[in-house]
Amino acid sequence: MSERSYPERPESVYFFGTCLIDLFYPGAGMAGIELLQREGLNVIFPQAQSCCGQPAYNSGYRDEARAVARNQVRHFPKPYPVIVPSGSCASMLRNRYPGLFEGDPDEGAAVGFSKRVYELTEFLVHVLKVELTDLGPPMKVTWHGSCSMQREMGLREEPRQLLAQLGNVDLRPLERERECCGFGGTFSIKLPEISAAMAGDKAGDVERSGAEVLVSGDCGCLMNIAGTLEARGRRVAPRHIAEFLWERTHDKG
Amino acid sequence: MTKADFRAGAARAVGDVQLRSNFRRAMDGLMEKRAAQFADGEELERLRTLGESIRSRSLARLPELLVQLENNCRENGIQVHWAETAEDGNRIVLDILKRRNAKTLVKGKSMVSEEMELNHFLEAQGIETLESDLGEYIIQLAQEMPSHIVMPVIHRNTAQIAELMERKIAGVSYTENPDELCRIARKVLREKFYKADAGISGVNFAVAETGTLCLVENEGNGRMSTTAPKTHIAVMGIEKVVEHLQDVPPLLSLLTRSATGQPITTYFNMISSPRRPGEQDGPQEVHLVLLDNGRSRILADPELRPTLRCIRCGACMNHCPVYTRVGGHAYQAVIPGPIGEILTPQLRGLDVRGDMPFGSTLCNACVEVCPVRIPIVDILLRLRAEANSPEQGGSVKGAGAKREGKEAMAWKGWQAMHASGAVYNGLSRLLAKTGNMMPGSVGPLKAWTATRTKPRFAARTLHQMTRKRGIPDE
Amino acid sequence: MSDQSRNRILERMREGLQATPHPGSDFSVLAEKQWPPEARVKMLRQRLESVNGQVHLCSREGWVAELQNLLSGKAVSNLLYAPGTEHGSELERSWPGDDAGLPSLLSTMEEDVDFRERVFDVDASLTGTIGGIAETGTLILWPTPREPRLMSLAPPVHVALLDAVNIHNTFWEAINQRQWADGMPTNALLISGPSKTADIEQHLSYGVHGPKELIVLIRE
Repeated sequence: MSERSYPERPESVYFFGTCLIDLFYPGAGMAGIELLQREGLNVIFPQAQSCCGQPAYNSGYRDEARAVARNQVRHFPKPYPVIVPSGSCASMLRNRYPGLFEGDPDEGAAVGFSKRVYELTEFLVHVLKVELTDLGPPMKVTWHGSCSMQREMGLREEPRQLLAQLGNVDLRPLERERECCGFGGTFSIKLPEISAAMAGDKAGDVERSGAEVLVSGDCGCLMNIAGTLEARGRRVAPRHIAEFLWERTHDKG
Repeated sequence: MTKADFRAGAARAVGDVQLRSNFRRAMDGLMEKRAAQFADGEELERLRTLGESIRSRSLARLPELLVQLENNCRENGIQVHWAETAEDGNRIVLDILKRRNAKTLVKGKSMVSEEMELNHFLEAQGIETLESDLGEYIIQLAQEMPSHIVMPVIHRNTAQIAELMERKIAGVSYTENPDELCRIARKVLREKFYKADAGISGVNFAVAETGTLCLVENEGNGRMSTTAPKTHIAVMGIEKVVEHLQDVPPLLSLLTRSATGQPITTYFNMISSPRRPGEQDGPQEVHLVLLDNGRSRILADPELRPTLRCIRCGACMNHCPVYTRVGGHAYQAVIPGPIGEILTPQLRGLDVRGDMPFGSTLCNACVEVCPVRIPIVDILLRLRAEANSPEQGGSVKGAGAKREGKEAMAWKGWQAMHASGAVYNGLSRLLAKTGNMMPGSVGPLKAWTATRTKPRFAARTLHQMTRKRGIPDE
Repeated sequence: MSDQSRNRILERMREGLQATPHPGSDFSVLAEKQWPPEARVKMLRQRLESVNGQVHLCSREGWVAELQNLLSGKAVSNLLYAPGTEHGSELERSWPGDDAGLPSLLSTMEEDVDFRERVFDVDASLTGTIGGIAETGTLILWPTPREPRLMSLAPPVHVALLDAVNIHNTFWEAINQRQWADGMPTNALLISGPSKTADIEQHLSYGVHGPKELIVLIRE
């Protein structure tokens, strides 16, 4: 999982936008593409892509998940890396597809596809080895590493390494930075009382950090924590890490 | 009794401020202590690898090892009994007690006896059973279930325990001094240990090569229950056996360090026979009851088999953000928390507890700490699929029982939207245009918006933006 | 009933397992835990003291005097011991009469006294140990007919004698070096401190069922 060997810098990459970004945070997706393009890569966005299938998979509807997953496997055919701006979707594509397609005619394609999947910050750090220059004003920021990013993808330090390159950013730690925010996909709807309690605790943690901006690599968590903060009338701006990095490092002139 | 339901239990518990703070404080303490024990991350990982290999090997050879255990126990003078179900197990215990004309018994802590509801069964037969682990004793006074497998009474604070003991034990006056409360319990229980006709215990590990039963504890009540009375009955799940004596030390180390952050417990009690000639104490009869109760079925499925590696340390619950919020009782199961979410539905059936595998955010905190690396999240996902399976039957009891027409239809609709690029592009554009007009107070959104603002659809999808920017499609 | 159950359970398991591979185990993480003898004594002592055990170092000959010294300050009126053992005989030889203000010695082997009754009634006991474990701060006891199981459990004060040369690095090492698997006693015990509980709001209380005090005399 974390002991992964990384390829040389490729010429072309695929971008898998994720359905949450597509519908709710398209700016984060565009920012991710621009970060990759700035590194000189040819970024391909297959228009037929939709969702990784995780909502159904995690709900126990595997046939439905597989039908949707097949649509992704088929539309990323070339041997390019697939870059995903989400720890959770990246984990589904990378860790769950092989099992989901076991014994299926598309098994070989699904396994090949899953091996090409990288989470965005993972790719920026390990393959592109990006160097960032902060052009933004001083700012207090906190980072929420999602459970799938930390524990399924084994990516704890990568996003921090990127944020640490921003000289004007004061990165404030959360007290319980490893604890789940309570989103859990359909968990937030099926067990709303517990989910709300967890989101409430996380929102309190974010508030106490004194951060003006909450950065995360997963839009589900962002929606959950920021939605709770907003309902409480708190002003902490949510930003996907791609958007945050892009905003602070590109020359707007 | 209404059907057990995690959501209902959890919704009640999460509103109990005192309970939540009791658990939060207790779990924080346990997590800290465990972390201090495993400061050397490399040692921990090597030990986990070893522990996992021992438990996997035990399960792979389970039938032979059980036969070996049985033979060695018999040779040592321990009588071995096999029970297919909890009812069988209870009847076996009762028969032993009747033969000995035993009327009173003391119990050491045993999760298997909780699973069998042994106390309840014996009480109905007029046999007085007394829990002797302090926590279990308090639980019994309160007529409650344990809320944690290692610390059964963690949900109550000192004042609540003080009040209970004053009310339930004759001649006891109210005190919030925990040492004094312990002294009171010691006095009551000493008398019982001395007089009890039989003692009942669980088993943490049973060693096949020597026919040895191992018990882990801090208080000494386990030793009392297995030493003072004339008859000792040990009950264990069939998965608890290990092959060699040298398999025990690594598991013991993983168990106590993961559970309570102790390098070892005060007592580790290894019993290999009843009292031998010349010995002045120890039971004259030792019985071992081997309980299946659904375990052999779990064993048969390679993906589910790791469930049986569990050594009952409770680290998964100590680190679970859901358990921490609601406590053990919300699960309405003998074993709560992540391990309970995978074990209980398999033992009792998805038709009975198909709700449990859904009580998790899949955050993997449990997987990260499990000393024998049980892939809890993989098994949760598998059980969710079994619960909603379109086919009945299969390897898990009650498969398909949770599948419900409306939800299945919704997922079919979701599939139709996302399985084709053309349909998805059309519908997502429609959502970008009209999605924000959906009221936040109906359907699934209602639960979300009770404490959060409504998610806002962007005016244009990423698909639209990339096309406009001329990002290549292939 | 039991026989049929047995066969059905075994049959189900055999069917379910088929040709499941048996993974091997690498115990090197335990085998590598080695410390020099002085460090082992220190570790054992520090671990035991951290759980409220009392540890005293003494010479091979001086332990009885040390014990007398320790008990003279305590409200202990009698001490249960095992005559016929090496340490039991040493104790008898050097124990002064009743007027010395020391606890009186009670034997585990008196014919007309029921051991069970006696052991629940005494204030303190003295037992030997067959060894110790440095890594965890543990005493190893194999109770015998002369030193029965309840001796280290029922009295409020338990005094244990440990020879420093018998302190192992780990439990795993003790089991293997001494070849326990060749023959286990009725009861083998690891004791790592006085009886304790944290069941009441995680407050640590000692002596809930077993001894409140564990005194270890290490003979060097």
